[in-house]
Order: sequence, then structure tokens, then C-alpha cells
Amino acid sequence: MAESKELLHDQYANILRAYLEEQSEQGLYYAQQFSKRVLEEQISPEEVVSLHLEVLEEFFPELPKGAHESFELLLEVMMGYGLAYREHQSLRDKTKELEAEINVAANMQQTFLPDEIPHVNGLDVGVLSVPASKMSGDYYHFVKDDHDCVGLAIADIIGKGIPAALCMSMIKYTMDSYPEQRLQPGALLENVNRVVEQNIASNMFITMMYGSYDSRSHQFNYAGAGHEPGFYYKAAEDTFEELHAKGIVLGIKRNTNYKEYQLTVDPGDFVVLLSDGVTECRTDDGFIEREAITRLIRTYQHLPAQEIVNHVFYELERAQGFQLRDDFTLIILRRNV
Amino acid sequence: MSIQSSVEVQTEWGIVSARQAGRNLAKEIGFGGVDQARITTAISELARNIYLYAEKGEIVIEAVEETRGAQKKKGIKITAKDRGPGIKNIREVMEDGYTTSGGLGAGLPGVRRLMDDFDVDSVMEEGTTITAIKWLR
Repeated sequence: MAESKELLHDQYANILRAYLEEQSEQGLYYAQQFSKRVLEEQISPEEVVSLHLEVLEEFFPELPKGAHESFELLLEVMMGYGLAYREHQSLRDKTKELEAEINVAANMQQTFLPDEIPHVNGLDVGVLSVPASKMSGDYYHFVKDDHDCVGLAIADIIGKGIPAALCMSMIKYTMDSYPEQRLQPGALLENVNRVVEQNIASNMFITMMYGSYDSRSHQFNYAGAGHEPGFYYKAAEDTFEELHAKGIVLGIKRNTNYKEYQLTVDPGDFVVLLSDGVTECRTDDGFIEREAITRLIRTYQHLPAQEIVNHVFYELERAQGFQLRDDFTLIILRRNV
Repeated sequence: MSIQSSVEVQTEWGIVSARQAGRNLAKEIGFGGVDQARITTAISELARNIYLYAEKGEIVIEAVEETRGAQKKKGIKITAKDRGPGIKNIREVMEDGYTTSGGLGAGLPGVRRLMDDFDVDSVMEEGTTITAIKWLR
């Protein structure tokens, strides 16, 4: 410490001497470099003032009257900056710590999401979930049973960030604890609703859609709890329909029934599930239309499901200037044969 | 060294007297210019707290010595005592950015950083005692 102070003293003395001899831009550049150096060494402003006075008095032992005293006054004035500087340092360290903690939490949250997409013959699945900040309030879930039936869930916790993320773990554990109901969307939502209603604050809500696809009968059964409607693409007619499901948001009413809907999926048909982060993309012209999303899907429809969702996300992200305002989750499930 | 001075803080004059007493003693002990300014700033902050929140109190300034083996070190100790309302949540006021000063780095966290040792003791409705020491290096 003392050694590095001596070093700084010598450096500053050289810079000042050179500048006093010739007032060149180069000399000022060295001073700028020196200021970076003192910041690196976490030297506070009052110490710099004191260093300047020290060096000045070495150069000119006979300073004019009042010069020394004026620096004492300046030093006192700089004390406030010194205090603010130290506070800034400590707040910066704290921010780093918090950030590290949030990164750990965000990594942990990732483990709540399935790490691979189920492989079922004749079925093409694509999924992309991107949080607006580090923690996500969107949740999705896949499960495949021995008969090649696939269950998929998408949920959106109203709100963002850490509270939403904490809530998400509850949904995950609830889903994991009802294995036998996995393939009955209505009953599953009723169970999740009961847990959510009992466990979260009355000002938090969760919307969810759950569907199951039976690859033997090609039936898609689904139910929804106030969730953003998805789309159903009918290949034979080349049209998109709303995948709407009536049902109250999770966590409001204890005993709620969720109506189950059924669709027969023909080859080339696909189901699109999404979170409101997809439909509520905001560009400079306002919210984008739902048709804009189906138009985008159409553009990339010839590609595999995963590439469709990747492209749709990229286009929407671009339209918003690469700044997400809400968590984004998009799932496509297509019957190929 | 048994120099000790005690300054009543009721007005802004009291704050100035406490600073003066602190600077004189700091100089005498052998602190350099920067450290003198730090010590007086700490005294200022503590005295202002008394002036603003407790109305009446005192600042005691004394020279201290500590012997550890063959090493002897000298320092200056500031004690701020008041019989004000007390601090409700000490941890909160010790946090950066809490202050009523609007995040100018001052307040108790600022004092703690300016000095080496720092201690707060506060009892609600009875008052607060803050001690802070800076050692001569």
C-alpha cells in the first residue's frame, strides 16, 4: 500500500513536471491516464488533492502566501466527493453480489424447465422460452408416457422477475406430484388451481393451458385457465383458428371446473401455444396484431417446428429493437404423418 | 496522553467547536492533512446528527493508545452521546443509500468508512452513543 502510494507520487510528479515545462496535449493525455490509474487503485478525490499539494510543494518550496491554505480548503470540499465515491464503491460491490445471486437463481430456474423435447414418431415439436430479464414468469412443461402420449403445459405468472419465478416453482412441483392426471387436462387444471388458490397471495394470478396429444388416435385434448389463446392450424383448409379454452385464471376460486376440448389432428396440422409476451410485443406502432404472428408463422411454416419458433422469435425481437418487455414463450406441436 | 475535550452540541456553533477540538487533537497526535480532514468530517457528521435529531448532546474527543506486544499505536477516539429518541432500526441506518441526506455518502455508513473502529449503541427513548476511532499508521 505504502509502496504503491510512493509509486503514484513519483508518477504524478513526473507528469506534473513535464506539463509545467511544456503545456502539451500529450501531457494532458498522461493526466487522463493517471486518473484511470488512481480510480483503479481506489484512491479517493481528497487524496489526489493532497498528492497534488505535496508534489507542488516539492517543486516550489516557497509557495505564495495562501496557496497552501487554499488547498486545505479544497481538500475539505473534496471530502464530500470522497464519501460519495466510497459509497458508490460499496453499492457497486453490493450490486455485483446481488447479480451473482440472481444468476445462481436464474440457473436454478432453468432446471425447472424440461431439458429436452420428447421424441415421438410423427410428431414435430419446437419450443422457445426467453425471459425479459434474468428470471422468468413463463413456465412450460412436457411429459411423454409409455404409449407415446405427450402432455404439454404453458403457464404465465402475471408479473415478472423474482416473485413470478418463485411462484413458478410451485407450479412445477404441483405438476410433478400428479403423475396420474397428466393426460387429463381438465382434472389437472382443477388440481393445480386448488394448490395455487391456497398458496399464493390474492394479488397474484397464473394463467395456464394444458393439452395432451395421443399419437395413436391423433386426438388433442386441452383445457385452459384464462390463458392467452393459442392457434390451431388446419392444413386441409390452410387456415389458422383460435385455440380458445374457457376457464377462470388459477388462484381465484377454490372449486373450479375446467372444460375440456377435443380436436382431431390431421397430418400437417399444428397447435401453437404461447404466452402473452408473444402477443404483447410492442413496436413503435403499438401492439402487434395476432394476425401478424400467424403471418410470421406462415412465412416459416415449411421449416421444422423448432426453426419456426426460432425465426418467429427473432423477427419479433427485432421488431422491438431487441428489447423484450415481457417473458416470451412459444410452442409448436405439429403432426407430420 | 490524557487530553480529552468535551463539546456540547446544541447549535451549529457546537458543530464547529467540535470540529476544531478534533482537528487540534488530530494534529497533535500526528495525523496528516487528509486524515485530519477525514476525522473532522466524521465529527461533523456525528455532531450534525445530534443537532438535527436529538437537539442536545455532546461530542467527546480523546487520544487513545493501544499496546499489542511490542507495538504501540496511537489514535483518536470520538464519542457522540445524546439523550434523543434513539435509533429504531440501527441496521437500516447503517445501510448505504438509506440516509436522509439523499445518498450523498454521508451519514453513519460514511462515518464508519472514514474511521477505523466504529460502534453504535442506542436505546429507544433514552438516547444513542456512537464511538469511532481512527488509528495513526
